[in-house]
Amino acid sequence: HQSSTGREERRFAEVPRESIKLMAESTGVELSEEVAALLAEDVCYRLREATQNSSQFMRHAKRRKLSVEDFNRALRWSNTETVCGYGAQDALPFRPLKEGELFFVEDREINLVELALATNIPKGCAETMVRVHVSYLDGKGNLEPQGTVPTAVQSLSEDLLKYYQQITRAILGEDPHLMKVKSVSHDLDQLNRLLHMVKSLVQNPYLYLGSYVRSLVSSVMYCILEPLAASINPLNDHWTLRDYAALLLSHIFWTHGDLVSGLYHQILLSLQKVLSDPVRPLCSHYGAVVGLHALGWKAVERVLYPHLPAYWANLQAVLDDYSVSNAQVKADGHKVYGAILVAVERLLKMKALSLTLAAEGSSAGLPGTTTGAVGFRENSPGLSPPPEPLSEPPLGIASHLQAGGAGCQWEEWTPVSLPAMYCELYSFFGDSLAVRFSTDPPLGGAPPPGPCQPLEGRKEPASSAPNLENTRKMPQLTASMNISPRQDGSPRMEPQPPSLAATVPGRSLSRSSSSSSVSRSRSSSSRPGRSTSQSRDIFPKSRFPLPQAGPPAFSFIIGGRQMGRRCLGRRFQTSFTPTPPLTTLPPRAYAHKLPVIGRVSKPVRRWTCSHYSLHLPL
Amino acid sequence: MAAVQDGQMELDAEKETKPEILSDGTSNLSGNTASGTLSSSPLTAAPAGGAPKMEDQQTLIAVLQFLKRNKLTDSVEILRREAGLGEDQEDSQATDGSGGGKGDVDGGDANSLLSRVSITSAAAPQSVIIFHSIIFFYSYRFGKVGGADDQPDVSVVLSAYSQQGDPSLYQVYYSGLKNFIESVLDCHRAELSQLFYPLFVHMYLELVYNNHENEAKAFFEKFSGDQECYYQDDLRVLCGLTKKEHLKGNEVLLDFRTSRFVLRISRDSYQLLKRHLQERHNNQIWNIIQEHLYIDIFDGMPRSKSQIDSMSGSLAGEGKREVNKAKVFHGLLKEPEIEVPLDDEDDEAENEEGKPKKKKTKKDSLGSKSKKQDPNAPQQNRIPLPELKDSDKLDKIMYMKESTKRIRLGPENLPSICFYTFLNAYQGLTAVDFTDDSSLLAGGFADSTVRVWSVTPKKLRKVKSAADLNMIDKESDDVLERIMDEKTASESKILYGHSGPVYGVSFSPDRNYLLSSSEDGTVRLWSLLTFTCLVGYKGHNYPVWDTQFSPFGYYFVSGGHDRVARLWATDHYQPLRIFAGHLADVTCTRFHPNSNYVATGSTDRTIRLWDVLNGNCVRIFTGHKGPIHSLAFSPNGKFLASGSTDGRVLLWDIGHGLMIGELKGHTDTIYSLKFSRDGEILASGSMDNTVRLWNSMKAFDEVETDDFTATTGHIHLPDNSQELLLGTYHSKSTPVTHLHFTRRNLLLAAGAYNSQ
Repeated sequence: HQSSTGREERRFAEVPRESIKLMAESTGVELSEEVAALLAEDVCYRLREATQNSSQFMRHAKRRKLSVEDFNRALRWSNTETVCGYGAQDALPFRPLKEGELFFVEDREINLVELALATNIPKGCAETMVRVHVSYLDGKGNLEPQGTVPTAVQSLSEDLLKYYQQITRAILGEDPHLMKVKSVSHDLDQLNRLLHMVKSLVQNPYLYLGSYVRSLVSSVMYCILEPLAASINPLNDHWTLRDYAALLLSHIFWTHGDLVSGLYHQILLSLQKVLSDPVRPLCSHYGAVVGLHALGWKAVERVLYPHLPAYWANLQAVLDDYSVSNAQVKADGHKVYGAILVAVERLLKMKALSLTLAAEGSSAGLPGTTTGAVGFRENSPGLSPPPEPLSEPPLGIASHLQAGGAGCQWEEWTPVSLPAMYCELYSFFGDSLAVRFSTDPPLGGAPPPGPCQPLEGRKEPASSAPNLENTRKMPQLTASMNISPRQDGSPRMEPQPPSLAATVPGRSLSRSSSSSSVSRSRSSSSRPGRSTSQSRDIFPKSRFPLPQAGPPAFSFIIGGRQMGRRCLGRRFQTSFTPTPPLTTLPPRAYAHKLPVIGRVSKPVRRWTCSHYSLHLPL
Repeated sequence: MAAVQDGQMELDAEKETKPEILSDGTSNLSGNTASGTLSSSPLTAAPAGGAPKMEDQQTLIAVLQFLKRNKLTDSVEILRREAGLGEDQEDSQATDGSGGGKGDVDGGDANSLLSRVSITSAAAPQSVIIFHSIIFFYSYRFGKVGGADDQPDVSVVLSAYSQQGDPSLYQVYYSGLKNFIESVLDCHRAELSQLFYPLFVHMYLELVYNNHENEAKAFFEKFSGDQECYYQDDLRVLCGLTKKEHLKGNEVLLDFRTSRFVLRISRDSYQLLKRHLQERHNNQIWNIIQEHLYIDIFDGMPRSKSQIDSMSGSLAGEGKREVNKAKVFHGLLKEPEIEVPLDDEDDEAENEEGKPKKKKTKKDSLGSKSKKQDPNAPQQNRIPLPELKDSDKLDKIMYMKESTKRIRLGPENLPSICFYTFLNAYQGLTAVDFTDDSSLLAGGFADSTVRVWSVTPKKLRKVKSAADLNMIDKESDDVLERIMDEKTASESKILYGHSGPVYGVSFSPDRNYLLSSSEDGTVRLWSLLTFTCLVGYKGHNYPVWDTQFSPFGYYFVSGGHDRVARLWATDHYQPLRIFAGHLADVTCTRFHPNSNYVATGSTDRTIRLWDVLNGNCVRIFTGHKGPIHSLAFSPNGKFLASGSTDGRVLLWDIGHGLMIGELKGHTDTIYSLKFSRDGEILASGSMDNTVRLWNSMKAFDEVETDDFTATTGHIHLPDNSQELLLGTYHSKSTPVTHLHFTRRNLLLAAGAYNSQ
């Protein structure tokens, strides 16, 4: 008999006599029309009466919503049997049946066995408690009046305000401090939720964010750059948060960048500022690097690359400090290191690619290269999802912004040629950089034999140490060249090396913090062998799955032109090269427990962590 | 002369029909039945003369029975004698019966029938004219003895619903009256418009009662839209009611029928109405007015629409002026004299600064203040109050000390607000109370539990078991400390016992007991020493909506769905007084600070003040447009504040029986009201998640209490809510269930966080 409650056009609910008859029939009583009509009317009245009475129970329970229990109480007091089975607090969905005019309350079957054996035991209700807080001091709010809308949002239109309220309610639950990231910086979950909210805001095609983009960006930047309170605890995986935030930043930028002029510059500037501020903690630096990386290789080239030499010294200092007290900082340092490495790698690759494309454009032939490039692009989404595809088309925007933006300090910046860049970078990263290009398993599924790489790793110091100057070729590079199917397919590049080679030494000499790095690498030489072998056993194949990532032409160039004097690099770096591909390692799992890499088996969901999570088993 | 000669009126066995008494044989309407629509009417008194019919004989017997039952032996004698003599004597006989037996309205008033349009003011100088010249002595057909408690002189009011007019003509009658009222001068229109609602309801019920279902529906359809918006709730109930059988179960409507709807109308307006009805021979309406309405006529200017609106809205019309004339001793009782120990550190500190004299004067002032007898105060022993125990005296001393540190509140100096938020109260918080010293907090929940929290660091402890208590040295100084069982210390305790939601909780002033009232129909008394239930008071057989301890303890009051409030003493299992008169549920109950009066708020939208001593209703306050859910007496006992579902707070002057303020601002039911300790500020807490502070001092001061207003009861309220509102304070999502001022005037608010 609930079937018609809640019809609006009538003043009140009415029960049709058909329902009465049906019900009577179900209990085996035949009713005449008259009786049914009379009964129907009486039932209506009684229902209404009970409803009116039940509202009193609702009022005294100090509720706004009439509950089934209220109704049952009213029934009980009028000596009527109560309605059982609808005591749940949740709303009861009332559904119509397509065939025929039947309405019913949805009542799903519940698998009790499943419920009983379920492992995720629901949390019990917390104990009822009383919490006291001074809401208003001397009649003045010492907090901003709770529940009122922050001023920032007050100017919004009605609809948006509603939208805002929905969002705040959905995302933040009871937390009133929307957009005030700082207040929740101790709570990673909250921040994560916040970022996801921003993402969905950005992705909402029906929402015109307008000038709010700026505030969104600032919130996100906060997550990327600030030394969050959560970072204090090494157990907290704030790295992932930063990665995600960076990703989001680029996403916002590429989709909404045109809304705010000069945004790109502002971002770059702020990132640069953080990067060049040695006082900032390493996690901030990490965020800056990641942010730059997410903004595309051009950004890396502009900001990170020129800045690297200066920054390197700081990083080195951290990395070389082996004191116990420094362990945490050092782990952080390695994080930064890994991030830089990845960023630089991308930079090189993309630059090479762009060069290839440019060259290709000139000499329209050579289908091999083209396919290679295309193949690369096709593969890239899987490898490093959003930023990459995004990074290409919007370059125009970036440059446009540049041109339009005032106070471009970038203009004086002159592009460094690829080989020169490589040389310089190599001087910092040494083999670890090279390996990232060379160890690509072009053989498809077949991974390079496990022992092979450690061998190389060990071999390398031996070879490089004695003849600093003479070693012109990295063994890995040559190896990869051999393997590479198209190694010969791009002879065009060959002419370039000499000229590049000429420039390289000077630069690298001038920039690299030479002596320290050498000595350091030596001092640490004894260790890495062991750890590398360990990690390689566990991750025998390089997971860096870009089969054609380095176009053959590119690798050829690298192979052809070698590093300067310093470029033997730090030996232990070489040993870590395989770690970046450790896509399966969630960083937090070992962030504080260094030696247990192998045990971690949890697959990582976010691609972002995989890239930057350089674990350094020191 | 007896004249109930309508054949349709069945004379049930239990129903004795008593002929109306017409003291003036000429004043009848028998000639006026020209309309012919009324087949008969009690008004159509047959002129004296003619042989007594069988019916007359019967009614005479009935009258005799009635008189006997009421022990009016003299009258019986007279009647019997006179009836034997002849019917001519009946007049005098009956007047004797009514006059002598009941102390009835004076005969002059009883004469005021339609024909006697002009009522000489000499006959009833500004006295109430009661239109029940027709007096039916017959008990109500549902066995309910109707009649408001406050008008015992009026014999049972009867519904002559059985007498039928032509149902199809009801609409004509009503619209005729409507047209008339709309055509009169503006100044009268507002007053006469008050008739619409009661007439509408009674006519509708009459139609329903006489099984004219379709006519009733049509009547409702046509005229329900004309009624004032604040009667919507009632109309909703009415519109569902279309069968005679339904009437039986609906006690609110039964009460509506049996009690008289009170209207206040100026003499001029009233005479206009009367003339109109007389000219039109509109007997049907006249009947209803006479039988079911009580028209309180006053001399002077008709009231304006806003004046009327501010007072109307209740289910029973306005309160009669005469009801609110009774003397109410609203002053405070003299404080018992307690030697305030002067070795207090604060005092000493003060003494060092000031002169020793200061100390003396201070003491004097304290003493003199309490010695001065308030002229409006009741006698100290008007109702017996429990004697003060030593612990009470200690507490009084504490109270005095605290009050010296009290912050003086005012418009510039608003209180700080502390919010006690109940978290995880999934079961539903239904009631909250603080102890006076703000040390304990009790919550009643919909899951039948009562929970007590200690708000101070002092934990709640039970008394040790009997065996353990025997081991205690009873002579030791700290015996009170020793009896407590340290093992049971906890921040909160749960009291189980009720079998329904707990709608009211109240601490005793000495903090040893807690009362709780519940849907299960009981009030329970809990000991806060053992945390067990001591007594379950059964009397309300329906949900008990509210309960409260007297400010002196011992007594408590409860009110519930059974439409009565009861006064109890903790050591009696039966109520001492039953306050009956509300037409619907008693939703909230409050003791006057001097404990001699009890205020009750009801779903019938009236507030009544009851005298504890004799159980009389001494004030009826009308003006709310929705059920009243909160009441608060001002600390000086002079004023009462009430809050209802309509979101308004009304202020009342108890002494004069007047409405003196209307505070608009809340958007939802007001569940809590509290005056600050000095009465300067009124705090109201509502379902709309706000606490509002009002400048009650200003509201009280601005009242013009000139004699005219006081005597007529016509108030003209300035619409100054916005000026009086001192602040609105939001909680995030917590309805304010309770408010409490600490002894130092810090405002505590409590409510359950509502996550939806």
